Amino acid sequence: MKLIYSFHTALEGIKVHKSRSILTIMGIVIGITAIIIVLSLGQGAQNLILSQVQGLGSRTIVVIPGREPKGPADAAQIFSDSLKEKDVPLLKNKLNVPTAETVMPIVFGGETGEFQGETFRLTIFGGSETLPQFFDIYPEKGIFFSEEDIRARADVVIIGSRVKEELFGLTADALGQRIKIHGRNFRVIGILPQKGQVSFFNFDETAIIPYTTAQQYIFGIRYFHRLFIQAESDSAINQTVEDVRATLRASHGVSSPDKDDFFVQTQADLASRLGVITSVMTLFLVAVAAISLIVGGIGIMNIMLVSVTERTREIGLRKAVGATDKDILTQFLLEAILLTGIGGIIGVTLGITIALLASIILTRVIGFGWQFVFPWSAIVIGFSVSTIIGLIFGIYPARQAARKSPIEALRYE
Amino acid sequence: MNVIEVRNLEKMYEDDGVETLALNGVSFSVAAGEFVALMGPSGSGKSTLLHILGFLDRQSAGEYRFDGKTMDHYSADEIAHVRNQKMGFIFQAFNLLPRNSVLDNVKLPLLYSSAPAAEWEQRALQAIAAVGLEHRTYHECAKLSGGEKQRVAIARALVNKPQIIFADEPTGNLDSKSGAVIMEILQKLNEQEGHTILLITHETYTAEHAKRIIRIRDGAVESDHTVQHRHKASDGLKK
Repeated sequence: MKLIYSFHTALEGIKVHKSRSILTIMGIVIGITAIIIVLSLGQGAQNLILSQVQGLGSRTIVVIPGREPKGPADAAQIFSDSLKEKDVPLLKNKLNVPTAETVMPIVFGGETGEFQGETFRLTIFGGSETLPQFFDIYPEKGIFFSEEDIRARADVVIIGSRVKEELFGLTADALGQRIKIHGRNFRVIGILPQKGQVSFFNFDETAIIPYTTAQQYIFGIRYFHRLFIQAESDSAINQTVEDVRATLRASHGVSSPDKDDFFVQTQADLASRLGVITSVMTLFLVAVAAISLIVGGIGIMNIMLVSVTERTREIGLRKAVGATDKDILTQFLLEAILLTGIGGIIGVTLGITIALLASIILTRVIGFGWQFVFPWSAIVIGFSVSTIIGLIFGIYPARQAARKSPIEALRYE
Repeated sequence: MNVIEVRNLEKMYEDDGVETLALNGVSFSVAAGEFVALMGPSGSGKSTLLHILGFLDRQSAGEYRFDGKTMDHYSADEIAHVRNQKMGFIFQAFNLLPRNSVLDNVKLPLLYSSAPAAEWEQRALQAIAAVGLEHRTYHECAKLSGGEKQRVAIARALVNKPQIIFADEPTGNLDSKSGAVIMEILQKLNEQEGHTILLITHETYTAEHAKRIIRIRDGAVESDHTVQHRHKASDGLKK
């Protein structure tokens, strides 16, 4: 029997029982739809996170105090005070790290800001005059503090847009005003534009002050929470990391790398780590969706078995007029595969539509830079999985059909 | 040359340990071009015999040669091919695909044949013309009258130009007028086109449209004679 006519026959079989066919493929449709949505949104989330990380600039190297956590139970906070003032000039020294362009110590923590009775819970960000170039964020009004302010532990602050709004209202001018943080008055010298989330820092809710001021008057510490270093080029990143490690080991008197009291993270590291997390999440959700596909497959098998019994006479007749067992097997198997294939097409279409709508809503409502990802791989997976399910769950009913003896079948009422 | 040769055919059924002998030493032969009626009351074993003759079932003992060869000569797929190419079946209950068109039903045996697909349509249309149903070619079978359904079944049996047509009570579900049309077609196919026909019936009147009657009773041949006063279906089928 020619394959094209087998397809025709199978399609006829589906068309004759239209409403039953639709109900049968619902399980497959839902399963494939779920997989497409999960893969598309998962990829979207991954891209979003990666773009956040890259917001810090690919040349940025972050030194974190403490031992690098190797597992969830690892106490990463040991040596959390290991990064000190004396490390800064050593890292800035071109003899030690020739490829470092800038070095910036950072301290941060939550504090309450106050202005004429209005208070706001903000994040204190103690940095240096090079902070704007690290984060690509410059004051919209006013100026940033200078190297001189750092040396003088000046009480100056650059505030984020939300901080300004909460403490001063939308219209009032904040420049030159003094806000009280930790019992100390800071003069507002700059206001940041609305920026949203940049690499896990929300600058809108931040007050930036010289790190020296923050250390001494706000947090009362003599160490740094982070050291940011910018390599002079992308190709110099690895060399810079090596030089930074060697310099800090010498400075801290660390004899071997496994006794390091700090660790170095590049943006590429971070990106790959976060990529793994979102991939695992996506995979998990896909596994859940896959269960519905199996359930759908069993539904297909169930209905095909009913259909085989119901069409016993048809099978008998086909055999009487010359159909071989293989012809009957092919017919019912193709019918199952066509059913699941159609389910796959509907599922893929539905999945893409819903993922697209979700992206539009995410962009509108939440307002961050979400981008719709057209899930090419999911489409291929959707089609092949649905076809394979038809094959697996169709083979048993099809064999039952092929095995029927023609006289029994013709006698069947 | 004999299309059908049956020697001492026996068929034993076993149901829950109870053995029933449906055929008990049947012997006869049918030559090409004959129109034979196989007659007998219900339970005489004529349906069992038809199943064996149509390679749909196997005998328990004895020998059956179709076109000179026994069923053992063929593999399962070859048996399907023999049924497809050399035998045509007409059933009492028509056994059409009800939701499909007349054309699709008549084409059905061609789907399983080795005939090139380009010829299918033309051959099916020829067979439909042979039973005078041209005006119903694209109608859904479920909407046809009983007589028309049986004519579709005849066209389907003809489409592969078989060596023999097995007609199992073809008028059993029809009124006498429609039955007469069916018998007229069968007679025409035998006399004008030279088709060999084996008709199974329990009605003497219907059987007397054939050229020869073999009577079966209790699983054995009771009598085998040529029909002296043949009915012409064009005279009308009485019941």
